[in-house]
Amino acid sequence: MSAEHAHAHHDDHGHDHGSYASYLKGFLLSVILTAIPFGLVMAGGFESRALTAVTVIGFAVVQILVHMVYFLHMNGRQEEGWTMLSTIFTVVVVVILLAGSLWVMYHMNTNMMPQMDHELMQGFGS
Amino acid sequence: MSHATTDTMRQYWELEPHHHPEGASTSLGFWVYLMSDCLMFAVLFAVYGVLGTSFAAGPGPKDLFDLELVAVNTAMLLLSSITFGFAMLAMGKGDQRGTLRWLAVTLFFGLCFLGIELYEFHHLIHIGAGPQRSGFLSAFFTLVGTHGLHVTFGSIWLVTLMVQITRTGLIPANQRRMVCLSMFWHFLDVIWIGVFTFVYLLGMI
Repeated sequence: MSAEHAHAHHDDHGHDHGSYASYLKGFLLSVILTAIPFGLVMAGGFESRALTAVTVIGFAVVQILVHMVYFLHMNGRQEEGWTMLSTIFTVVVVVILLAGSLWVMYHMNTNMMPQMDHELMQGFGS
Repeated sequence: MSHATTDTMRQYWELEPHHHPEGASTSLGFWVYLMSDCLMFAVLFAVYGVLGTSFAAGPGPKDLFDLELVAVNTAMLLLSSITFGFAMLAMGKGDQRGTLRWLAVTLFFGLCFLGIELYEFHHLIHIGAGPQRSGFLSAFFTLVGTHGLHVTFGSIWLVTLMVQITRTGLIPANQRRMVCLSMFWHFLDVIWIGVFTFVYLLGMI
């Protein structure tokens, strides 16, 4: 470690900028985790569409974790854990936001369409 | 307050202002900005999730998307991510020429990504599948366009930083800027994983 780097105070906060080996490892993992879902979908996917979708999403989640560890160098020590904490908070909000929006809007869509049963609506009104 | 009490307080609480080295909280602050950006992308993903099947009797993903082009685009962004990593490693060794060289390579891949994306957008608008065609296409252009806009501004920042490093060298301030831009760049790659999975791959299944 060079002297000018040491006095820049970066390493006091648990930062590490990785090494060639860790970047290459992350890159190779990313290439594999990208190529498999692309190949799967291009080849037509599994017989069950749901299974294909779940597999593709699974690969994406793993690849996001690989990027966070090997490229963004995330760990629990960075900034005394505040980086990790803010990330966990964001992930929780994102999950609530996505799941909630899709859930609510799906039910709005299926229940509020114009072809809704008229007798049923009259039943509600009386 | 007696003198003795102040002395006791000094023992247990820090009364003096706490001095941090300059820029010590920059990377955490920048990370919090990225997380707020992440929330914005989450909203756009939610919009796409809701509107993604509203085709208005127009073309759907299978009529429009070309997965081979998306695969090339993904490769460009992934390559730019690792070359930025190499720039960071060169910076860690104090190698200014190497840092600038790897930044230039990163910029090249970033511009390739933008070029391919603009070509795709131009092609879609040309065949009448512009953002005004259907809810699906409005959501598509908003989500992918916002990501592209981020890459555009990241590229502008990259050029600015290359000028700064050329002028003043790898001073601590420039190193801090490099750390921030590398987080920004890798973060955009993470968002792109979400885009190619949820928009392109799931659309083509």
